[in-house]
Amino acid sequence: MSEEKTEQDTGSEEPSPHRLIGTLAVAGLLSGIIIIAIYLVTFETIKENKARELRESVFRVLPDATKMQKLLLKEGKLVVSYKEEKGEEPIYAGYDDNDKFAGYAIPSDGPGFADTISVLYGYRPADRKVIGMWILASRETPGLGDKIYKDAAFVANFDDLAIDPPIVATKKGKSKPNEIDAITGATISSVAVAKIINKGNAYWVSKLPEPGNEPAYEVPAAHTASSRAVDTQAP
Amino acid sequence: MAKEKLAYDEFMKGLWRENPVFVQVLGLCPLLAVTNSAVNGLAMGLASFFVLLGSSILVSLLKNYIPKQVRISCFIIIIATFVTVVDYSLAAAMPVIHKDLGAFIPLIVCNCLILGRMEAFASRNTLRMSVADAFGMGAGFLFALVALGAVREIFGVGELFGITLFGPNFEPWVIMILPPGGFITLGVMLLYFNWVEEKKNKIDKQLAAEDGVN
Repeated sequence: MSEEKTEQDTGSEEPSPHRLIGTLAVAGLLSGIIIIAIYLVTFETIKENKARELRESVFRVLPDATKMQKLLLKEGKLVVSYKEEKGEEPIYAGYDDNDKFAGYAIPSDGPGFADTISVLYGYRPADRKVIGMWILASRETPGLGDKIYKDAAFVANFDDLAIDPPIVATKKGKSKPNEIDAITGATISSVAVAKIINKGNAYWVSKLPEPGNEPAYEVPAAHTASSRAVDTQAP
Repeated sequence: MAKEKLAYDEFMKGLWRENPVFVQVLGLCPLLAVTNSAVNGLAMGLASFFVLLGSSILVSLLKNYIPKQVRISCFIIIIATFVTVVDYSLAAAMPVIHKDLGAFIPLIVCNCLILGRMEAFASRNTLRMSVADAFGMGAGFLFALVALGAVREIFGVGELFGITLFGPNFEPWVIMILPPGGFITLGVMLLYFNWVEEKKNKIDKQLAAEDGVN
């Protein structure tokens, strides 16, 4: 930062406007260089962290899956994608060790009690069931609303949940296959999660191919040149 | 020797006598917002500590080259640069904690404690003293954050640094990890610090009176 020393050292009472502008310009420039440097240094790690987090979430909501690939809706058809596209709305397909299709992991979001809740849930089209749920991001009240992901009993509600008719959160104890038990003291958050999944289903289920016609697992090795953006292999 | 003593004195001033939170009551926004667990308090405290120390060193070194008309802007640029470094490093190294602290890391830029130390201390003192001051104030802020986070986590969740402390029959006081719990805990701690201060003043007065008699 010693560049500023060479600028001027008169220390007069009223520095010229040029000196003031110069000082700010130099400070801004140096700051910009440092910020770009730290951005470049951490960029790969941050991207890897995010990809790993996503992979772990997908495997969490699709219990049988050990591999995944990203799918994008293009002209009404789901196609495998390896690139990151602007404004994309991806879902993820999970496959087991034998490359057999294990379900879709669908991201969806909506208003919670405090701020937006982002949910990823596993969906198996063969029996039209939700088979897992995980909260990607939320700012629900600690100790109450955050039970939507901290309370294992609540999360387990979504391990085997029918989607027709749409999911309902109930306070009286679930009795039907499409019901979940709302958390005491966090009814709004519980209902929000159910609504978010219903919203995701309303958008996606009609667009998914007939069960049995899911996109097959493509070996990522064939795409190594372009598949850097999303690493699809389990660790 | 005298110099050493002075630097130590600056350090203790920040850590205890003029603790930024308990005595100066500064930087309360991040303090109340992130201290619902001891780990979050620790991470936020360390991030603030690093920013304060780095900015203090730089401001103290550059104080003669920054015209006073643009000093605040320069301080903010310096602080913001350090905050960005911390933000990206945390996101890369500790993504879980980074997610928990969320928007409060970028907000360190406008923590009045840090800008206050730049203006009141680092821009007027030698490098050595500024470092001592930054260490003291940073440690004082860290201490306050961890203390508040620990108390709120113990009562609010029954854990400390994620380790369960009480048996299964403990019913957590949920209010302690909600915003009101932050205010209550801070209020009780301020009460204690003021009580200590009052007691000290009384003793000092008594000693002075006895000195007068003898």
